[in-house]
Amino acid sequence: MEIVVCIKQVPDTAAEIIPTPDGTAIRTEGIPWVMNPYDEYALEEALRIKERLGGTVTALCLGPESAASTLRTGAAMGADNLVHLADPAFEGSDPHAAAQALAAALRGMKCDLIWCGKLAVDDCSGYVGTALAELLGLPHISAVIKVELEAGKVVAHRETEAGTAVVSCPLPAVLTAEKGLNEPRYPKALDIMKAKRKDLQTVTAADLGLSPERVGAAGALTRVTKFERPPERGGGRVIEAPTAEAVEQLVAALRQEAKVL
Amino acid sequence: MAGELLVVAEILDGGLRPVSLELVSEARRLADAAGGTVGVAVLEDAEKHAPDLAAYGADCVYALPGAARAEVSALEALAREVAPRAILLPASAFGSDVAAALAVRLGAGLATNCLSLEAAGDTLVPTRPMYAGKVVATVTTKTTPVLLTARPRVFSLGVPQQGRAAQVVARPAPTPTAHEAAVELLQVIKAERAELDIAEAEVIVSGGRGLGGPEPFAMLRDLARLLGGAVGASRAAVDAGWMPHARQVGQTGKTVSPRLYVAVGISGAIQHLVGMSSSQVIVAINKDPEAPIFTKCDYGILGDCFEVVPSLIEELKRAGVGE
Repeated sequence: MEIVVCIKQVPDTAAEIIPTPDGTAIRTEGIPWVMNPYDEYALEEALRIKERLGGTVTALCLGPESAASTLRTGAAMGADNLVHLADPAFEGSDPHAAAQALAAALRGMKCDLIWCGKLAVDDCSGYVGTALAELLGLPHISAVIKVELEAGKVVAHRETEAGTAVVSCPLPAVLTAEKGLNEPRYPKALDIMKAKRKDLQTVTAADLGLSPERVGAAGALTRVTKFERPPERGGGRVIEAPTAEAVEQLVAALRQEAKVL
Repeated sequence: MAGELLVVAEILDGGLRPVSLELVSEARRLADAAGGTVGVAVLEDAEKHAPDLAAYGADCVYALPGAARAEVSALEALAREVAPRAILLPASAFGSDVAAALAVRLGAGLATNCLSLEAAGDTLVPTRPMYAGKVVATVTTKTTPVLLTARPRVFSLGVPQQGRAAQVVARPAPTPTAHEAAVELLQVIKAERAELDIAEAEVIVSGGRGLGGPEPFAMLRDLARLLGGAVGASRAAVDAGWMPHARQVGQTGKTVSPRLYVAVGISGAIQHLVGMSSSQVIVAINKDPEAPIFTKCDYGILGDCFEVVPSLIEELKRAGVGE
């Protein structure tokens, strides 16, 4: 099986995210960068499938120079090939422009199965995986928590508002990974060392035949014009009293002040 | 703003999901303020749902029967015919998938999980959370239509007007694309207990690590039932196997906007807070005075949850709440 996993480098979820004073960007100094957690689930599942059925796993990443380290993390986990879509022309991509670039790369690769994370924890759009499927004309199943492969088709479980849906489609297909799919492996120190020397293929927009107006900020259909901190909560009242009295005060407050009871 | 705001309704178990009516209400408010009409696409039983949709503000209901496994193609055809200014969909498993595929088909900008919508000229400008809710972004798009998804309870229901009527317009069943038709739903495994989806709940009582195990969630269920709500859980409780992931509130779980959120034995890590910070009122019950949740709540009780929760249940009953 030839499996391609799209991975993204994102800020660590514990990082403080602060808009610049003019609100047009996010301050990036000092942010620790990691592989998007949902992409870790995707890569882990791809590796498990390869271990069962044979084949290769390629990690594909659209990102700046620094994203190469995330690709090497992928190699340390077990990815066989690393492809880095790196080009200043890709800067300022929105999910649409990113999907266009990734689709162009995927069209040139042999893929039986394409994995993405359900969403990236920076933009949180959750759009790219499904968009890739649409651009490539492939069936897709998103937010999968369990996957079984049988004779050229995939059967996946996904959570929906109606319950757990069991869905199948033929390969090739695009799947996006949801939390709960698996526990990703920690790369071993030796594999991390080896990954530092691994070949990494760098691909530009021109290599993919993508003209400048279709990629990066020029190709983006949406643009963030302002970043703001959400309204602060707090300044509430902590009731320190014996239990019986405390709950009496709370219920009275919820009724009369907050008016939610 | 001339033109139509098109809402895609979602049906669950034969009924309109409340988020559908919330989106229609918001579209109505926008159309009333800035001009334009409200259309609603319904993929099953349009005639049955049209009166409710009309009451909340639909001018026109598009009946798209037989669109199962061809929803995107059906909506694409409708969008090309109607040329709406914006298309609003629920940010559900169904709506999110459809929105992404439809955005590609139409070459349209998509903003997911919108928190607010503002009419600006001929388009709508959304705000949406990024970085797991740590930042709110204002998004502009250069396309018409713009596609927008929103979670339950972000937009409030309008006041329904029973006399309002909407035209019901039938559209033919589309031919699905090959890749659309290739995906087959084999079965839906319903949850054992028919419990309210926390994303739609008006009241949520959530338990965290402080509960120490799955059994104490029974008292949270009692409290939730009294308050007419649902039980949620922090990541710690879910990772420990005490509650299913569907009940997890937070960055890697669900984002909820209930009227009342009661956090029991939950410390209030940022990853949990981003999932419930848009609750109208937050109550925290915790025995740790340093718990971060106390700096984010509206009311807190410092105490042992095994004492406080049963006592709170008694007090609520005494005060005539619930039952």
